[in-house]
Amino acid sequence: MKLLKEYIKKHKFDIIIIFLFAIFGIISFVFNISAGKKIISNFKGFFIEMISFIPLIFILVGLFDVWVPKERIEKHIGKGSGILGMFWVILLAMLQAGPLYGAFPVAYLLWKKGSSIRNIFIYIGAFSTMKIPMLMFEINYLGLKFSLLRTLITLPVFIIIAIIIEKILINKNFEVKNGDYK
Amino acid sequence: MISILILLIFTIICLIVSFILNKEKTIRALKIGLKMFLNLLPPFLSILILVSVLLYFTPKEILTKLFGKEEWSFIGAFFAAIIGSISLIPGFIAYPLGKILIQNGVSYSIIAIFITTLMMVGIITLPIEKKFFGLKVAIIRNSFSFVGAIIVGLLIGILWGIIK
Repeated sequence: MKLLKEYIKKHKFDIIIIFLFAIFGIISFVFNISAGKKIISNFKGFFIEMISFIPLIFILVGLFDVWVPKERIEKHIGKGSGILGMFWVILLAMLQAGPLYGAFPVAYLLWKKGSSIRNIFIYIGAFSTMKIPMLMFEINYLGLKFSLLRTLITLPVFIIIAIIIEKILINKNFEVKNGDYK
Repeated sequence: MISILILLIFTIICLIVSFILNKEKTIRALKIGLKMFLNLLPPFLSILILVSVLLYFTPKEILTKLFGKEEWSFIGAFFAAIIGSISLIPGFIAYPLGKILIQNGVSYSIIAIFITTLMMVGIITLPIEKKFFGLKVAIIRNSFSFVGAIIVGLLIGILWGIIK
């Protein structure tokens, strides 16, 4: 009960939106409002598409979390980790799901665990452009040729961006904070 | 559909291997996954709702007009980059939308710019990003990503016809 209360409190804003949307849906169907019904059918499509693979992603993330110790991650992606370090952060990013702002807390975690500046930004780049569930969507809709081309071109682009950002920040006391910057 | 099937099979294989190796760890992994899922479900649902509403008002005809029907145009690239940078459209909507735009005659390179800026540049999420990186670094990262996305679009435009 206490847990449920905390849960509702934490997601108050979202739950209000969901609640209002449910009322909106009922009204749309009762009064046969076509715009409302169209929006509901949009929602239904997205919801079904998403709910069919999102739970799988979370199972995989859970397994990854349990089987790969953090110390090992740290050892492999710190300063001087080279190409292999890049490979690990890209792999980590590819196995994840969700919007870009979900990547920042993970970037903080990686930073705390001793990741180099370069690998932080490679992680952000890979997270935003190479997540496996997203790639599958992309292949489905825009085709393998587009997806392959885009991925192969984007990969060096965000690595170069990360290298430049590291060059800019290397002696500037840069740090990733846990949402503490004003 | 097929990607979901592949993912399903892959997940099941991972789960079985994990379960054979260590039962407790597997249960812990499932708990971690479930907890994350429950924590993300409400914001996730409200984003879906928001996007369903927005999509209803998204005029595909206007996007097609702005992006243009030429293989490459500066104006089309410009609008694709600007709209991609500002909006926050999840992949599972951006890709169907991209497909529709391509069917309407927009070129793959313009769509590449649109998709890449959507993914790498986040003007709406800048307030969140700056909390982690600081405002200056967040702006630096977004600016480089903006330029990078245009380079990606240009290269796809050049390579698209060459690679069959």
